[in-house]
Amino acid sequence: MPTVWIPKAMQTYTGGEETVEMEGRTVRRLIVALDETYPGLKDALMDGDKLKPGIAVAVNGQVSQLGHLQPLQEDNEVFFVPAIGGG
Amino acid sequence: MSDTSPKNGFNVVGTSPIRPDGLDKVTGRAQFADDFHLPNMLHGKILRSPHAHARILSIDTSAAEALPGVRAVVTGADFPAVRHELLNQGTAGVLNIREMSENCMAKDKVLYDGHALAAVAADNPHDAELAVNLIKVEYELLPPVMNVRAAMADDAPVIHEDFHPGGFIAPTEKYLPNASRLQLGNGDPEQGFAEADLVLEREYTAETIHQGYIESHVTTVTWDSNDYVTVWTATQGQFALRDHLADIIQVPISNINVVPLEIGGGFGGKERLYIDPVAAFLSKKSQCPVKIAMRRDEVFRATGPSSGTYIKLKFGVKQDGTLTAAHLHMAYEAGAYAGGPLFLGVMSATSRYNIPNIHIDGFDVIVNKPTMRPYRAPGAPQALFAVEQMIDELACELGMDPIEFRMKNLMRSGDRLVPGFPLAPIDTEKMMETVKAHPHYQAPLEGANRGRGLAYSIWFNIGEISSARMQVNPDGSVTLATASPDLSGTRISLAMQAAETLGIDVEQVSPTVSDTQSIGFSLPSVGSRTTYSTGAVVCEVAQEILKQMCERAVLLWETDAGQVSVENGVFSNKAEPGQTITFNELAARMFETGGPISHHRTGHTQSFIPGTAAHLVDVEVDPETGKVDILRYTVFQDVGKAVHPDYVEGQMQGAAVQGIGMALNEEYFYDDEGRLKNASLLDYRLPTSLDVPMLETVVLESPNPAHPFGVRGCGEISIAPPPAAIANAIYDAVGVRLYSMPMAPRKVCAAVKAAEPAKAA
Repeated sequence: MPTVWIPKAMQTYTGGEETVEMEGRTVRRLIVALDETYPGLKDALMDGDKLKPGIAVAVNGQVSQLGHLQPLQEDNEVFFVPAIGGG
Repeated sequence: MSDTSPKNGFNVVGTSPIRPDGLDKVTGRAQFADDFHLPNMLHGKILRSPHAHARILSIDTSAAEALPGVRAVVTGADFPAVRHELLNQGTAGVLNIREMSENCMAKDKVLYDGHALAAVAADNPHDAELAVNLIKVEYELLPPVMNVRAAMADDAPVIHEDFHPGGFIAPTEKYLPNASRLQLGNGDPEQGFAEADLVLEREYTAETIHQGYIESHVTTVTWDSNDYVTVWTATQGQFALRDHLADIIQVPISNINVVPLEIGGGFGGKERLYIDPVAAFLSKKSQCPVKIAMRRDEVFRATGPSSGTYIKLKFGVKQDGTLTAAHLHMAYEAGAYAGGPLFLGVMSATSRYNIPNIHIDGFDVIVNKPTMRPYRAPGAPQALFAVEQMIDELACELGMDPIEFRMKNLMRSGDRLVPGFPLAPIDTEKMMETVKAHPHYQAPLEGANRGRGLAYSIWFNIGEISSARMQVNPDGSVTLATASPDLSGTRISLAMQAAETLGIDVEQVSPTVSDTQSIGFSLPSVGSRTTYSTGAVVCEVAQEILKQMCERAVLLWETDAGQVSVENGVFSNKAEPGQTITFNELAARMFETGGPISHHRTGHTQSFIPGTAAHLVDVEVDPETGKVDILRYTVFQDVGKAVHPDYVEGQMQGAAVQGIGMALNEEYFYDDEGRLKNASLLDYRLPTSLDVPMLETVVLESPNPAHPFGVRGCGEISIAPPPAAIANAIYDAVGVRLYSMPMAPRKVCAAVKAAEPAKAA
């Protein structure tokens, strides 16, 4: 089951839990499942069926180009991170 | 399949050939944006607000329009309402196109000294300048808000009625009328502080600074009768410019071609557009090409500097040097519109030490200054100025060697970064051990008012999307095109990676930077990504070229696929030992074996690739004048694999010099009305060759597994440690801590004087 790292600002939804395990074949399905256990998380992460602008998904430390469509494996670690930039 | 994989040894990578663009640049033949001219070209000039915060009541352009030689005038009324306010760029972030448009030309309010209000195109620059001065504007002045603490105060004037807080992780709600908030953290800081034997709290400030690129912003735009728009300019990202321009001027993306010319410095400041939409609308109205060239004062007042900051730290540590907790309050100026470098500052603040209990409160704060844009490791110098001083102060308080203290808390590969994900592979211990063993660290430092300081940094490369196209020519030469503007010698570093993979001489590869009609999409040359990320894609394209050439050899030798291998540019037939053909010979036979050989690829590479740097500096402080002289400076940097060691060294030294400038001298001076008072290179003091000694460099190479040759981007990180290293050296020299950047003579002098009574007592 994928492990999800909950950003600090969203740990209010999970009762302070930093990591939770949740089923999900894709990031989108995982977020929907998260919301069933921790109501409000989906609205915090998504606008409709898409990730909110400015939020990226990293799986096992690597930012995914597929975002919410990223397929997940059982042993994946999923992180929600701000989109990135540089000079 | 044929064996085309690169071998362990290098033939080209690790050498330092002469860059192909070098001779033209030093002889004045290279074409920069201001060298570009078209027939019937007009010249544009922009009227800019003298007020930091004001409502626009009226703009009267009639006198300007009546002036002979004036061909067009535009104001904010000519800029259409944007079709969609937010442009979601996926992993590259989110952009507010409405705000970007209004930053190019104000509509209802001016938000900073220098905000564009109107523009004129005339037959020559002089007429344009005259006409601009004939435009009459009525303002309702509003109180300016000039720093983060003033902007976050309870009674702060509100700059925007509403704003989108930009590209931050949720919650994305506004936190204050002028600020949005980013929170990251792990563990239980309260518990961590309870476990600490020593807790220190300190406040640090930094002033607004500019990238200081020598070439101004210059653009030439044509808008033809079929609504095709062509832009010739210096940019770090032709595709970003194209896409943003399309949204602002509202023509299809495919109607725009952006042609990148030579660029005279960018450092993050040329990845966004300012004058291109203005020139486009002037061209549309006048039906002529229009060039706009910013003056130096316009560059300072109205482009994208880097944030002034207010950072408050609380760190807890055990007697043995183990960090137990940290709380960071980090407020970064966003400038006139939300979306400054806050996240990168937050990410870089502590991402090299393991702190089990940490809370970071970051604030992106709108103020009446130009919109802050990236500047080489955006946000990191300000963050390190605070955190690396705190680390030094804690080590001093505990009586520990600063390297031993850092080793005690050192983040290693696999340890968790603040957002939770693990640090990608890199040898951080080797960096610390190298510094400790270096003669500079071991050498005694003698003399009054002399001191030594250290600072250490991790910074992350962006990967993501790059494109490359390669074509083999019948004479054995290879044309290599990428979409990555060359800021720092990347044409040669990319050509070298192509030559290494193909097994040919680098002189056979001709690297170019393409316009947006000629190659696939690429992210800009930012984030230390070009040699790493575009380089990885170039290697993939070269591999495909070799595969195609192996197939040609299969045809020639009437053998089976898989029987042909290639090494160092020589193809061999495994089935017929001794049967070989060189790259050049095979290229000469391309038309009898199937025609041209070429390949184009748009590829993705990994982000958050770490690099490390440690800076060691010896200074001498004059307690009477406050002047700080740098006696010796060594830059240690892990670059993965130095593709072109000379240019790697140049990047390390150049970044360090910029960091030294922001440490000791550089700052924006605003008066009480919010007017910038030092908008010239005479008054904004960039460092010169007289300010720094020869900077020693030590290149470490712990390979990056995400690149075929182990390359890490090396352009940014070494700008981050200098302010903290110098601050720590000043403390070592004269026993006072400088908590405000720049550490200009007036501040050093005042701090030394203030400490004298305490020392005497």
